[in-house]
Amino acid sequence: MMTIGRRGVLGGVAAGVLAMPAIRARAQQQGVKIGLVAVQTGPQAALGTQLRDGFLLGVKHLDGKLGGLAVQVVDIDDELRPEVAVTKTRAALERDKVDFVVGVVFSNILQAIMRPVTETNTFLISTNAGPSTFAGRGCNPFFFTTSYNNDQVHSVMGQAAQDEGYKRVFIMVPNYQAGRDAVHGFKSRFKGEVVDEVYVPLNQLDFSAELARIAAAKPDALFTFMPGGLGVNLVRQYRQAGLANIPFLSTFTVDEATLPAQQDAALGFFSAAPWAPNMDNEQNRRFVRDFEAAHNYVPGSYAAQAYDGAMLLDSAIRRVKGNLADKQALRAALEAADFRSVRGNFKFGTNHYPVQDFWLCKVAKRPDGKFQTETVRKVLENNVDPFAAECRMR
Amino acid sequence: MSTQLLLVQALNGLQFGVLLFLVAAGLTLVFGVMDFINLAHGVQYMLGAYLGASFAAWTGGFWAGLVLALPVALACGLVLEVLVFRHLYDRDHLSQVLATFGVILFLNQAVRAIWGTAPLQVPMPELLTGGITLMPGLQYPVYRLAILGAGLATAGLLWLLVERTRVGALVRAGATNAPMVAALGVDIRRLFMLVFGFGAMLAGFAGVMAAPILSVEPGMGDTVLILAFVVIVIGGIGSVRGAFLAALLVGLIETLGRSLMPDLMRLFLAPSPARQAGAAIASMLVYIAMAAILAVRPQGLFPVRTG
Repeated sequence: MMTIGRRGVLGGVAAGVLAMPAIRARAQQQGVKIGLVAVQTGPQAALGTQLRDGFLLGVKHLDGKLGGLAVQVVDIDDELRPEVAVTKTRAALERDKVDFVVGVVFSNILQAIMRPVTETNTFLISTNAGPSTFAGRGCNPFFFTTSYNNDQVHSVMGQAAQDEGYKRVFIMVPNYQAGRDAVHGFKSRFKGEVVDEVYVPLNQLDFSAELARIAAAKPDALFTFMPGGLGVNLVRQYRQAGLANIPFLSTFTVDEATLPAQQDAALGFFSAAPWAPNMDNEQNRRFVRDFEAAHNYVPGSYAAQAYDGAMLLDSAIRRVKGNLADKQALRAALEAADFRSVRGNFKFGTNHYPVQDFWLCKVAKRPDGKFQTETVRKVLENNVDPFAAECRMR
Repeated sequence: MSTQLLLVQALNGLQFGVLLFLVAAGLTLVFGVMDFINLAHGVQYMLGAYLGASFAAWTGGFWAGLVLALPVALACGLVLEVLVFRHLYDRDHLSQVLATFGVILFLNQAVRAIWGTAPLQVPMPELLTGGITLMPGLQYPVYRLAILGAGLATAGLLWLLVERTRVGALVRAGATNAPMVAALGVDIRRLFMLVFGFGAMLAGFAGVMAAPILSVEPGMGDTVLILAFVVIVIGGIGSVRGAFLAALLVGLIETLGRSLMPDLMRLFLAPSPARQAGAAIASMLVYIAMAAILAVRPQGLFPVRTG
């Protein structure tokens, strides 16, 4: 009795397993599977949450479909650990058979999953990380980004400082690769005198020593790049030290992810971005309004670019009429970028990085008491990143 | 560098040192009295900051937040003691490290689940906003001076408590020879619990005090914890006096190192590499100092005499 029973169970399982490929094949025909890579744990999880919320809102606005195909999102929490990201992404590619990998907040995660994804001829759409490594010689036909190349954003601030006529600028960044890139990007367009460059450890808590140095140097402006909690500490301490009369030019330091903690301390501080929540176009108004209604916080660029990512995929899949197998056609459809971005103008350069306008933005308090960055003026128009010329796309 | 800037930097160093002392005092008591390695001390600091932030938002004032956060931080410490730490006193240090590390992971995640991942904002108390112009262009926030004052007051109180009261005598005796104190009829477990709760409250106090100038976010205790360990190792484990002086020393080395090192390196190197090398060396300076002090005095600067 027992053995028969067991055999019966086994038989059922076997039948189920045998039937699975058929089910999977059918699912693939009907829908599209997206592996959504976003950090959901650790101190930077707020950024991953923004990215995920932004992408999912895009899908929601498209009635749960991308290019007419029903969407299934496979969540991948990279935990901001490259080895974890690789393992989970591989699993999504091999087990879940995702059609696209989308997302990625941090460059080091992107660098880790780049090969595993593109080697399987799967398209990887970064909606935030835009390192120079994949913009120049390392450009890849299966890789697109809807954000920017990091260097561009820093250089926008350099141009803005130049335009404002600042003669002496004090630079302060964390002592790691991205910090040094920020200095390089800023200096590529700022031609005045750099009074001092200060490099602080990534785990710096208290900026009082550096603030005293800034006060002593009396620069025309400060340029800084202090992502996440670093920026929260710096902005508040800068204000408390009475230095706010020295213009605070920053990149990735005051944004919608950090403003809830910085609040009034960040008022009037500057940032550079290709997008801001107050941009006046129909697509963006709808995005911001519905995002805030759904999540009760102001969307940042992480969310906006992920939303654009969903719109990009929708346009491309629509263009190939849902045929995801023809990679050449799909690539051409993605390159066309035939969608309306929340930024207004949007097109891809030859290296699959956006060619777009960049704005000087300023922190403002809205009538409802929430804080957001708002565009001040356009600094660079149709800007191509500095590495695009090195890209030879196969 | 002008003398004025140097003095301001020294003040910055002292103020940072005092903040470190508030965290390290509890840690050194727990470590010294109970021979218990509590890695979770940093998350108790974080918990204090979060409690302060929540209560301040709830009541609308920093002071009410502080007053409410302290007993709750104490209660959290006691609950942790009863639930987890109590069972570890007789285990070896490795078990303690593993278990308290688990507590870190658990509490960091719990904080994230309750308060979310975005950093919180704590307003400065109205009374202590504004600043004093110590040098042209630089306002020294009154609040930082208040931290300095609060830290010094706490140090004084702790000294009185440990050196001049009966409980303090028991604590000192417990640090020297716990079994003997127990043999004399003192309920050592209750003493441990008391010390533990008190240490947790001190860490919580440091968290609330730091909240208006540092960002309140998950994992904020981890960096502080490492520096606090450096402080108690330099100061001599179990010694409050040692922790106080070592905290000031670490604060000064950390701050002055950061501001002077790049200038020093410029004497030998070109400006650009000097800046980066100076920054790198400055961030190592505290650990170099610790290694040097331990090489000369392995028990730390003010070791507790053990019998």
